[in-house]
Amino acid sequence: MTNIVEVQGLSRQFGATIALDAVDFRATEGRVHGLVGVNGAGKTTLIKHLLGLLRPTRGSVRVFGLDPVRDPVGVLRRVGYLSEYRELPEWMRIDELLRYTQAYYPTWDMAYARELLDTFGLDGKRKVAGLSQGMRAQTGLVVAVAHRPEVLLLDEPSSGLDAVVRQDILDAIVRTVADDGRTVIFSSHLLDEVERMSDHVTMIHDGKVVLNGSVEDIRGTHSVTGLTFAQRLERLPKIDGTLTATGSGRTWSVVHKTSVEELRSAVAPLGGELAESRSATLEEIFVARVGRATQRSEAA
Amino acid sequence: MYHYTGTLEQSGAPVDIKINLADGVPLYRQIVNQIRYRVASGLLEVGEDLPPIRTLALQLKVTPNTIVKAYGELEAAGIVRKRHGAGTFVADGGPPRLADRERKRIIEERIDALLSEAHHLDFSLDELVKAIRRRQALMASKTAVDKASSEG
Repeated sequence: MTNIVEVQGLSRQFGATIALDAVDFRATEGRVHGLVGVNGAGKTTLIKHLLGLLRPTRGSVRVFGLDPVRDPVGVLRRVGYLSEYRELPEWMRIDELLRYTQAYYPTWDMAYARELLDTFGLDGKRKVAGLSQGMRAQTGLVVAVAHRPEVLLLDEPSSGLDAVVRQDILDAIVRTVADDGRTVIFSSHLLDEVERMSDHVTMIHDGKVVLNGSVEDIRGTHSVTGLTFAQRLERLPKIDGTLTATGSGRTWSVVHKTSVEELRSAVAPLGGELAESRSATLEEIFVARVGRATQRSEAA
Repeated sequence: MYHYTGTLEQSGAPVDIKINLADGVPLYRQIVNQIRYRVASGLLEVGEDLPPIRTLALQLKVTPNTIVKAYGELEAAGIVRKRHGAGTFVADGGPPRLADRERKRIIEERIDALLSEAHHLDFSLDELVKAIRRRQALMASKTAVDKASSEG
């Protein structure tokens, strides 16, 4: 499969702050790539590098084999982008915005843009300044996909939106992949959404990639296992291969990367036995790796 | 039944599939299993269309590649076929007669995985066999209920 995006050893500093630290990231054609991390982890900084909006301090960024800083036109024509801020020119009407945007993209498909406006029930005569957050997101989405980009980049697209508009965004992701076999990269703090919608997940924390792989591999290598001890424990001693432990007294639950067998031998000396075991959800893995819970999708 | 092509989308049978992120089974396999049982129990009939990939992906809010993988597996198992052009439908006469060796290989692969899991979880062979019988009985009764409620 073709690598549409190839990021190697990317580091970026803002003054003394390290925003990205030796990040490797790859996006393959026809797949949905989810980026997860807490606010400020570096997701947006990574996406801005893919758009050529930031210059790497170290490392390389290639999109379609091109350097987006040196060849922004070559890259941006083939990319669709929607950020959580949905920056749009306030003074324009939607129709004007579409015509204006069309001028930048040789592949612009006005019939598709109109179809989407209709689907969303958006009136082209409305001014951007008067649109609700949801309508802004829908308008931004039309602008991001109507030139049928080879890569759709969505930075926290669902942020602050109701379930209806979130579904429109998922629809755009599904269409991009299912109808055209194109590639999607999206960042989100809604981990259940990422888990369902992504083929591949990259977890970023403090500017570093802490986990990277297919959703199945990630889930296949992280388990949640219950532990029962003969005696009450004030706290669970550190066990090799476990990421986090919750519980109290005789019953505990751990998220671990080791096999069930390895865990069993590790807890046996402590007088512990294993109870049920299952593969961890992305949310559990995220909390275990990053140590902080995030919001869950209200619509789930 | 006529299928409109062109502007109208081919809808396919509405398939009531439930996805559970917490149960540890890969999503594509949850879809495969549920479609298998619907076909086996007659809730999905021979020749009936499955929903288009995009429609089912949207309904379940999953990446289309998960549906592609699920349909691919169902096709490999002979449960569905791809229509020339577009669409996927329930295949005639159930799974085609695979070579005996192939059937054996597939089932042995599953058994090995189950045995190793059972070993990790400290199930004896007896307990495992009992559990299999229990699940089978449960499934049979569930299928009967599903079928009765869909016909009633």
